[in-house]
Amino acid sequence: MVLELYLDLLSQPCRAIYIFAKKNGIPFQMHTVDLRKGEHLSDAFAQVNPVKKVPAMKDNDFTLSESVAILLYLTHKYKVPDHWYPQDLQARARVDEYLAWQHTTLRRSCLRALWHKVMFPVFLGEQVPSETLAATLAELDVNLRVLEDKFLQDKAFLVGPHISLADLVAITEVMHVVAAPSLKGIPSWLPGTIELRQWWERSSSVRPMRSS
Amino acid sequence: MGLKLYLDLLSQPCRAVYIFAKKNGIPFQLHTVDLLKGQHVSEQFLQLNCQRKVPVLKDGNFVLTESSAILIYLSSKYQVADHWYPADLQARARVHEYLGWHTDNIRGIFGVPLWTKVLGPLIGTQIPEEKVERNRKNMFESLQRLEEKFFGDGTFLTGYQVTVADLMCLEELMQPVALGYNLFEGRPQLTAWRARVEEFLGANLCQQAHGRILSIQEQAAKNTLPVPYPEVQSRMMLRIARIP
Repeated sequence: MVLELYLDLLSQPCRAIYIFAKKNGIPFQMHTVDLRKGEHLSDAFAQVNPVKKVPAMKDNDFTLSESVAILLYLTHKYKVPDHWYPQDLQARARVDEYLAWQHTTLRRSCLRALWHKVMFPVFLGEQVPSETLAATLAELDVNLRVLEDKFLQDKAFLVGPHISLADLVAITEVMHVVAAPSLKGIPSWLPGTIELRQWWERSSSVRPMRSS
Repeated sequence: MGLKLYLDLLSQPCRAVYIFAKKNGIPFQLHTVDLLKGQHVSEQFLQLNCQRKVPVLKDGNFVLTESSAILIYLSSKYQVADHWYPADLQARARVHEYLGWHTDNIRGIFGVPLWTKVLGPLIGTQIPEEKVERNRKNMFESLQRLEEKFFGDGTFLTGYQVTVADLMCLEELMQPVALGYNLFEGRPQLTAWRARVEEFLGANLCQQAHGRILSIQEQAAKNTLPVPYPEVQSRMMLRIARIP
């Protein structure tokens, strides 16, 4: 039975998995779990993931949740090119370090920025107090600076000369604020330096921007 | 130049790294970074970790942060017993599944009591009772979810043997326990799991690792804790502001 992925491409971690599987030619059956329709709350989906969150994966009888766990599972099972998650101990540790760091920092900032800048005012008609929005964008700025100063520095990609899982996870987070509807391209309000934008361009050119 | 670990055993992830290294007989030089004394904001430590956080690993010129990354690095480099971070595809996936879930459901929640009961008062800040109560509720809800999701098959969180997941979890839970929260009462599964992990680690190692956090409340009561200096206090205020 082919691998099954339960995803909503509205979700950053789902996008990372989708892109990874497509880019590496991993055959899978896509099950869209429409979050806006509450499909993740259904009993059927609870059979796959009792925690009722996406992404989720089913490989015959083995079900798995948590995006990093799924990405690493796919990495090992399908023996993808080494650069995604290098064998070299220290290079690999750098990927692990980024994946751990981003979970409570950049991930949180990008999600909050999208909600406070776009989702609440544009889709739910609720204005977010300007102090709240300012604090959210300030936090995003701090995290983007760490992304640049600690992780990217003067390298082409986050952990070295080649793209890895770290870049994939980072880019799907950052695009959450960049590619939101009603915004075209990288908006001027998104904090970030030239180096960050150039990394964005490099990462985008390595992977397909749309599903094939 | 051997392995160096920069730790403060007040910190949950630091304890997980410490215990792991000790239990596996990994030789290392311990560099204590006393958070209350503000050693993490010194110029010297900033050179090591611009984020001013512990734990940090230094192996020759290689510096690594993030406790889960450190644990995985040590597992691979020192070729520890397989059960800690199993090579088996599915068993390893379960460890990563726990670590991901841990970040959202455990981390950031179980550390709060140290702030509300000791660190806030230490700098003259009382955290509102409403926040204390919300945190208590969050902790108990997390424990409920922990038991539902990870206490099915197996005697440990992800199977039948101790993994790095068990260490990370135990050390988070020890934080409120040290501050007088009876997390384990009325939770026989959780209690039995804790007993199994501690038995595996051994009483001596547990005492070594837990001594600092277990004595913190008493030290606070006796006013023997160092009062953090202003730069550290303002950073502490930022952390306190993030308590929901």
